[in-house]
Amino acid sequence: MSQQDGADPGTAVERVESEVPSTGIAVVDESDRLENPGFPPFRPRISDVDPEKDRQNSRRVSWLFLASIVGSVFAIVAYIVFPIELGNLGSVRLNTLFLGLGITLGLLGIGFGAVHWSKTLMDGHDLVESRHPTRGSDATRARAAEIFTLGNEESGFTRRKMIRNTLIGALVVSPLPAVVIFRDLAPAADPVPLLKHTLWAEGVRLTRDPSGVPIRASDVTLGSVFHVIPEGLNESEDRLEEKAKAAVLLVRLRPGDLNVSPGREDWNFRGIVAYSKICTHVGCPVALYEQQTHHLLCPCHQSQFDMTNQAKVIFGPAKRPLPQLPITVDDEGYLIARSDFLEPVGPSFWERSL
Amino acid sequence: MTVEIHHPVKETTDTVPPGPGMRLTNWAANYVEDRTSLSGFVKELGRKIFPDHWSFMLGEVALYSFIVILLSGTFLTFFFQASMAEVTYEGSYPALKGLDMSAAMASTLDISFDIRGGLLMRQIHHWAALLFVASIGLHMLRIFFTGAFRKPREINWIVGFLMFVLAMLEGFTGYSLPDDLLSGNGLRIIDGLIKGIPIVGTWTSYLIFGGEFPGNDAVGRFYSVHILLGPAILVALIGVHLILLIVNKHTQFAGPGRTENNVVGVPILPVFAAKAGGFFFLVFGVITLVAATVTINPIWNYGPYDPSPISAGTQPDWYIGFADGALRLIPSGWEFVIWGYTLSLNILVPVIVLGLFLVVVAIYPFVEAWITGDKREHHIADRPRNAPTRTAIGAAGVTFYAGLWAAASSDLIATHFKLTIEGVTLGIQIATVLGPFAAYFIAKRICIGLQKKDREIALHGYESGRIVRLPGGEYVEVHEQLSEYDRWKLVSFDDYTPLMIRPDKRGRITVTQRVRAALSRWFYEDRIAPVSKGEIEAAHGEHH
Repeated sequence: MSQQDGADPGTAVERVESEVPSTGIAVVDESDRLENPGFPPFRPRISDVDPEKDRQNSRRVSWLFLASIVGSVFAIVAYIVFPIELGNLGSVRLNTLFLGLGITLGLLGIGFGAVHWSKTLMDGHDLVESRHPTRGSDATRARAAEIFTLGNEESGFTRRKMIRNTLIGALVVSPLPAVVIFRDLAPAADPVPLLKHTLWAEGVRLTRDPSGVPIRASDVTLGSVFHVIPEGLNESEDRLEEKAKAAVLLVRLRPGDLNVSPGREDWNFRGIVAYSKICTHVGCPVALYEQQTHHLLCPCHQSQFDMTNQAKVIFGPAKRPLPQLPITVDDEGYLIARSDFLEPVGPSFWERSL
Repeated sequence: MTVEIHHPVKETTDTVPPGPGMRLTNWAANYVEDRTSLSGFVKELGRKIFPDHWSFMLGEVALYSFIVILLSGTFLTFFFQASMAEVTYEGSYPALKGLDMSAAMASTLDISFDIRGGLLMRQIHHWAALLFVASIGLHMLRIFFTGAFRKPREINWIVGFLMFVLAMLEGFTGYSLPDDLLSGNGLRIIDGLIKGIPIVGTWTSYLIFGGEFPGNDAVGRFYSVHILLGPAILVALIGVHLILLIVNKHTQFAGPGRTENNVVGVPILPVFAAKAGGFFFLVFGVITLVAATVTINPIWNYGPYDPSPISAGTQPDWYIGFADGALRLIPSGWEFVIWGYTLSLNILVPVIVLGLFLVVVAIYPFVEAWITGDKREHHIADRPRNAPTRTAIGAAGVTFYAGLWAAASSDLIATHFKLTIEGVTLGIQIATVLGPFAAYFIAKRICIGLQKKDREIALHGYESGRIVRLPGGEYVEVHEQLSEYDRWKLVSFDDYTPLMIRPDKRGRITVTQRVRAALSRWFYEDRIAPVSKGEIEAAHGEHH
């Protein structure tokens, strides 16, 4: 690697006479470069020299195109002779398969035929085209500049500053209504209060998801898991929106296994605990319960929550424990909520703690 | 535009006399010509030259799979109902009969089970979409590793990058349309992701979903984006992409006779048209074959969306994997409350990191041009080994992406190989952070090793496998010299040295200049010079 003045790259200080520092692309001296040997001689293909091969390839191409016709016709036939019979899933499979295979043959026949034709029979010589710099010629650019100058002079675009500036102002302001009219993509009400409340309230029964059958405390045996929705959710107008906040997971642990923090002593009922099923990370249902370890696992991003420890996060990207739903039983022995959740459920949002 | 035919000169006649049966063609050509002067267009483009290399077809795959997507998608729009209105399913699939679901889900089931060819078209559409994003990605890697993004093609790189992002958006919106359990959970993740963005997150989610998640509007809105906005912008960008391709002409790999000032290859008419046109049918045919035989996105197994159930081992479509994986890799506890506001770094960090990654991809051509100070046009594509630092940067980027992508399957890796999910996650965390550095150094070493091998072969030929006993009893293996045409492929690349720091007129050396010189040194320091004429002569002197 030769350097113009023999100094180490990057350390040599060389004076140049321009105000702007040279961009200094340093391509190494080319005088000792090998020269381009030019185009290699043309190597004829077998079909260029052997007329029999030429005819053979020509026949092959025609056969491929004929196969394509057969395939397309077969697809139409398959559409008719493999109908979908109501309730018969096998017929769906046959219809898809044979229709698809027919279309495949119709397409591949054309494809292979055309490519084979181009590779074996069409003229095989490489051609050369010269390149020109992408930048237009001096004359072209001069004319383009002249046109802009004329346009400017004839319209007075830069001379009539008042017109120009008001036009720019008008163009900037005119799209604003198009932004504003999208306001009604969402209802007028503030979303934050909605996110902080669910269908749970004092006395609302815990019912099975999705049937809505109320759950007795005595039904909840040790180690069993219940997927729970509030009573009346299925009749609610915003069923899915409410369910996305109110879904709860219910398990019974030995009361001795439970670590209960002060203030939450009466939130469980004889070891039966209810936690929000909506992950505090990005909101997937935390639906996988490991009976042996009492861990809940979110299948989306693998956050794990410890049910014995107030659903604290023990692994994964979630930060906050799953909110606990305070529960008790009513006089008929059914599990009921003591109140709504005392904090917003589901994924975090900016105004969550306000 | 001159088209010259090189050796051996092939005789062609410029005017073809009309043969029998061509009267109609002539008449039609004249009719159109009188009204459009189309002949000028044909004259300019009809014999345009396209160089040939297998890697040049990756972009074609992307273009053709997009056409397949448009065709199959149009069929689907005739049957799909983009509505979240609740209906009771009464179609043919027995397991879901009588269930309440959105009209979108019900009509998707009808397309799958009650309309002949409907399932085939759905599967063609989905497979083609997967192939579309994949081929754009591979096409971009080809462009990157061969330096084909250099001047004058930087703008086309940006256009292509925008199409890549748009393709992912199209994929995700399409994936969400059937309103099944899997896509609904995907939307739920997007909702959680948006809500985690400071200040504007809550309202943005509220506006997108038309109220609280999931709302009744998402499918209809995504439909407009998916079938109107997205495709319209994509078609426009494809137009720009192809026009720039024609203006800049295609790059070519180095080869005998090929220079920066010519394009060597086949003309559009007839060879390229036949090859490329045939290739469209091949791509379409292969997609159809896969769609006819391999099930994709069986929404009937997932059921309609409901915020409560979920299946284990949920996976997004492959191209969303890197984003999902980034979410999984964040360790616990990255969320803070500051002055009452909740700052979700467990969401913000992956969003920012992915954003930065994409920005780096988009602006790389300009960064490299600045570091190298190279303002010349480049039409000969680099072999990756001849730009070791760029190749190493690319390898690092690919490794980083692969780490994120692997993370999206961390649960499946854990169950499949009987490992703990904690261990797998930790392993991928380490691989994603340290892997790119390892990949950088390994790739660079491999490149330089390959360059050394090329040098060796160019100078001394290749081992012929022929052992000869010399009169003195010594055995040697005869080295066979390359032909000058083959050798040219190994030696025809530019050699660069790092920039020197140059003071301006007043003798100042700016900080920018120093940074740039340091980066240039980093970029060009480890480089093997191409074999020179003198070296060849010297090497041959030894042998003869």
